Amino acid sequence: MSDILLRGTGVETFYGKIQALKGIDFEVRNGEIATLIGSNGAGKSTLMMTIFGSPRARSGKIEFDGHDITQLPTHDIARRGIAQSPEGRRIFPRMTVLENLQMGATVNKMAFFDEDVGQVYKLFPILEKRSMQRAGTLSGGEQQMLAIGRALMARPRLLLLDEPSLGLAPIIVKAIFEAIRELNASRGLSVFLVEQNAFHALRLAHRAYVMVNGRITMTGTGKELLAKPEVRAAYLEGGH
Amino acid sequence: MAATAKDTAFKAESRNLSPQEIARDLIGTAIITLLLLIPIVFYRTVMNQGTLLLQTRLPLVLGLTAAVVVGRLLLHLFVWQRAPEAGRASTASATRTDWRETVGKWIGPAMLVAAIFLPWIVQFIPGWERRGLGIAIYIMSYIMLAWGLNIVVGLAGLLDLGYVAFYAVGAYTYALLTTVYMPLWFGEGIVPWTFYIVLPLAGLLAALWGVILGFPVLRLRGDYLAIVTLAFGEIIRLVLINWFWFTKGPQGINVPKATFFGLPFADEPGSFSDFFGIPYNRLHFFFFLYYVILGLALLTYAMTNRLRRLPIGRAWEALREDEIACRALGINTTSTKLTAFAIGAMFGGFSGSFFAARQGFVSPESFVYIESALILAIVVLGGLGSQLGIVFAAILIMGSFELFRELGFLQAILPEGVEPIQFRMLCVGLGMVLMMRFRPRGLVTRRDPTVYLKEKKAVSADLVSQGHG
Amino acid sequence: MTAAWSHDPELKVQHLTMRFGGLTAIGDLSFDAGRKQITALIGPNGAGKTTVFNCITGFYKPTEGLIVHRHPGGQEFLLERMDDFRITRHSKVARTFQNIRLFGGMTVLENLMVAQHNVLMAASNWTVGGLFGSPRYRHKEAEAIERCKHWLNKTGLIDRADDPAADLPYGAQRRLEIARAMCTEPRLLCLDEPAAGLNPRESDELNKLLLSIRDEENVAILLIEHDMSVVMGISDHIVVLDYGRKISDGTPAEIKADPAVIRAYLGVDDEQEAPAAVQADIAKSIAEPPPPPLTIAKNARKPVIAKKRPEPVKHKGGRK
Ligand SMILES: Nc1ncnc2c1ncn2[C@@H]1O[C@H](COP(=O)(O)OP(=O)(O)OP(=O)(O)O)[C@@H](O)[C@H]1O
Ligand SMILES: Nc1ncnc2c1ncn2[C@@H]1O[C@H](COP(=O)(O)OP(=O)(O)O)[C@@H](O)[C@H]1O
Ligand SMILES: [Mg+2]
Ligand SMILES: [Mg+2]
Repeated sequence: MSDILLRGTGVETFYGKIQALKGIDFEVRNGEIATLIGSNGAGKSTLMMTIFGSPRARSGKIEFDGHDITQLPTHDIARRGIAQSPEGRRIFPRMTVLENLQMGATVNKMAFFDEDVGQVYKLFPILEKRSMQRAGTLSGGEQQMLAIGRALMARPRLLLLDEPSLGLAPIIVKAIFEAIRELNASRGLSVFLVEQNAFHALRLAHRAYVMVNGRITMTGTGKELLAKPEVRAAYLEGGH
Repeated sequence: MAATAKDTAFKAESRNLSPQEIARDLIGTAIITLLLLIPIVFYRTVMNQGTLLLQTRLPLVLGLTAAVVVGRLLLHLFVWQRAPEAGRASTASATRTDWRETVGKWIGPAMLVAAIFLPWIVQFIPGWERRGLGIAIYIMSYIMLAWGLNIVVGLAGLLDLGYVAFYAVGAYTYALLTTVYMPLWFGEGIVPWTFYIVLPLAGLLAALWGVILGFPVLRLRGDYLAIVTLAFGEIIRLVLINWFWFTKGPQGINVPKATFFGLPFADEPGSFSDFFGIPYNRLHFFFFLYYVILGLALLTYAMTNRLRRLPIGRAWEALREDEIACRALGINTTSTKLTAFAIGAMFGGFSGSFFAARQGFVSPESFVYIESALILAIVVLGGLGSQLGIVFAAILIMGSFELFRELGFLQAILPEGVEPIQFRMLCVGLGMVLMMRFRPRGLVTRRDPTVYLKEKKAVSADLVSQGHG
Repeated sequence: MTAAWSHDPELKVQHLTMRFGGLTAIGDLSFDAGRKQITALIGPNGAGKTTVFNCITGFYKPTEGLIVHRHPGGQEFLLERMDDFRITRHSKVARTFQNIRLFGGMTVLENLMVAQHNVLMAASNWTVGGLFGSPRYRHKEAEAIERCKHWLNKTGLIDRADDPAADLPYGAQRRLEIARAMCTEPRLLCLDEPAAGLNPRESDELNKLLLSIRDEENVAILLIEHDMSVVMGISDHIVVLDYGRKISDGTPAEIKADPAVIRAYLGVDDEQEAPAAVQADIAKSIAEPPPPPLTIAKNARKPVIAKKRPEPVKHKGGRK
């Protein structure tokens, strides 16, 4: 039981009349990388945000570490050890890069600040050079790096990444996937990853879900899904 | 009234009714009210030269019925519709949204009809013949002001805290032109007609002031713009106080009241009542004022609605959503902001000159900051950008102000020297806090699209940006 | 020998420099963008690509340099000295934004109508004619709606025409931004990462859309993109930036083979692109265990130049 870190059962989320999630069951086990792929508008980001309680699931249950977090306020969910790099980055544009990282570390009261900042700077050297710049004036890719870095600063037990590779140069994308693997292997960090870059994500993932139109249509290990022709046709190759 | 008792009884079950059910409920309400009213109100006996005559009062019966139906509709809309998971704005249930659309379609015309018959309806409430009209005129002028400000704040997203300046410009334009300059230029004979000449002029002048103010401040955004407009409002007032030879300072100016196309409202030959051969009644003037302000308000409404559907109006709203994107589409944001300011100011000017013509007196005291704040409060409470919401908010805020004047009985429980009227701001403020707690986006939280291909779907206010100044 | 794009370029950028305080975001950049060609601007994060766009579209005034937009009729516009909205209006340059900037509270159709503001404004006699419903305005408005429909069809958004733009999924918002830019009837279209957040199938559709814009609408496209399947697939000419300087300039084939580009940007093994390569990779990855972690240092940027870059000091306003 405690092996399962995050588990959702029958999660349904609505935007007004539109039902974005139509009864989702998923789980992320301790120390594993789970990934969710699906085309645009499938509801991946909605699921990420629903885990954080905004928007809230209208029905179904989300448990983190054995506790029901479905109705918890978002900040409480964050304090229990989930951090997210959300879609659209949502960095604090008027604060400097360093201040943004500090904001990320508020959940753990900055106990490991120096060490963690060092880690983030090692992962994204450009952020160190930009540390005193207002985050709103960073380039798009630099903002993406900052969003990921800020999430890491919380030292979460579960890291939710919504399209982390968005807007990043190929060389940095590789670095990020490498870093995810690294963090997972060395610290046992559990990761729930949403990606358009399905190939990379599936190769990395211990567990993978395919979402279509608000429903999970396939599950398996990353490699199993990679091998499925229908997954390849839909998410890996251009539609010819 | 009997209907209220019945209403409470229905309260529990009228949650989440479908549109059909609501319609049925409303028809039922209408029939019951009619049945009740016909024996009680419809017939009236009058003594006429010794004979007892039976008079019918169909308009009153219909008016009261309409009032009950509209009231019940409002209750359905705003009071009984709190779904169990109240407060979660983005997860409205499907059925609820559906029937709201139907209601939304009919509420506007219903309110219009009610507004047109209102002066007659109040005539049947004993003791309110004059007072009711006065309050209606008062509320209607705030509706108009708020509709004008709505262009600036609600559509273009520019926070203007000095709107009352344009109101003052309108009022003083009217006062000075009518008492000093028009007679000087065209002779005294023009005075009865000045209202009709000066009204448009006042609007134009206020618009000009809008542009003059706009030029320097529109580079500012958000809070900065708000503070500068606030200062501008105060400056205008101080100029009015201190520029004595021109404005007569704090003394104010006495202004001849408006006439009915040259026919004054007075008990004298050549007056309105004389001309039409009806007995003089001082209420005529109030009827006249009411319809003038109703006309002006409807003009504001119609023009705003029309503008929204034109490129300029879309540009205003786009400006509120994202100024940078606007510029990338080749929109001159400065001139777009200026037109919003000018047109908003123009309607402020109209209502200003109406104010002068109604009061017969203007002085700087009428144009204090709190007026700007009130008008802004109406716009915000109504729901930014929503014209219908503004009507409700104006009725709520200004109506409750007036209500406080009527609470004489409170005098008994309050200590000596404390008058209920002193509590009005407190109570209205408290009301607003509660309102914003439960409806943070205002009373009406939907934006109507200005153009559509297949189906007109209202946009939820959660998505609409509030502008950054 | 001059390259194909330099014979009769649509856009000439010459010695462009942009400094923010002490930070030189673009340093002495010159390139040409050919007529009816897709010119891609690529480079690592923070290389200055978006800043180039901001200079071309007037959001930043370049510190130094010249940007000339040459219309086929022979008219030339010096963009570096024009106001941003005048560039769109007169010189017919349209752009999209890296962080999507739609009018979220307005419907998809309204977004496209706003894009036709200038045409409609003139048709409505600066609102006066429109207020009285002049036939000319009504005619133009109907035309504008037709144009909206055309672009909604091309971008596959026609079914969502009446939905608020903020409700659309990410990929659809990107397409809507392109449609909105096209509704201004541009001669030069600047797209900042249009394929970000699209899956391979969707970027393939995007490729087709961009090619059809180039060929059918005769629009020159300037494209910033990190998705190499898009860049290599459709561009006629690629300019590579690193630290604000041009490190390479040529056809896709030349760029792919340029060691400087591989080192600074693409990375060593290029598994990103070429769907054909995917299959082999899949087979490989299933057979073998995942490759050992690369060290992060290997991906770090060239430190030599980096040291020269001082911390930024001042900045004004928000990012575009
Ligand atoms: N207004 C500004 N003030 C200070 N620095 C800025 C400003 N705008 C951009 N920069 C800096 O200039 C550099 C170039 O930024 P730019 O946005 O052009 O990068 P880019 O090539 O578009 O990168 P990406 O691919 O990540 O979007 C970045 O390092 C950024 O931090
Ligand atoms: N704020 C919102 N309001 C209304 N609908 C939304 C909102 N956000 C997303 N949606 C809708 O929910 C669906 C799922 O979207 P999203 O979770 O963003 O998908 P993904 O991340 O998989 O691309 C889409 O149909 C989208 O239009
Ligand atoms: Mg998403
Ligand atoms: Mg960029």
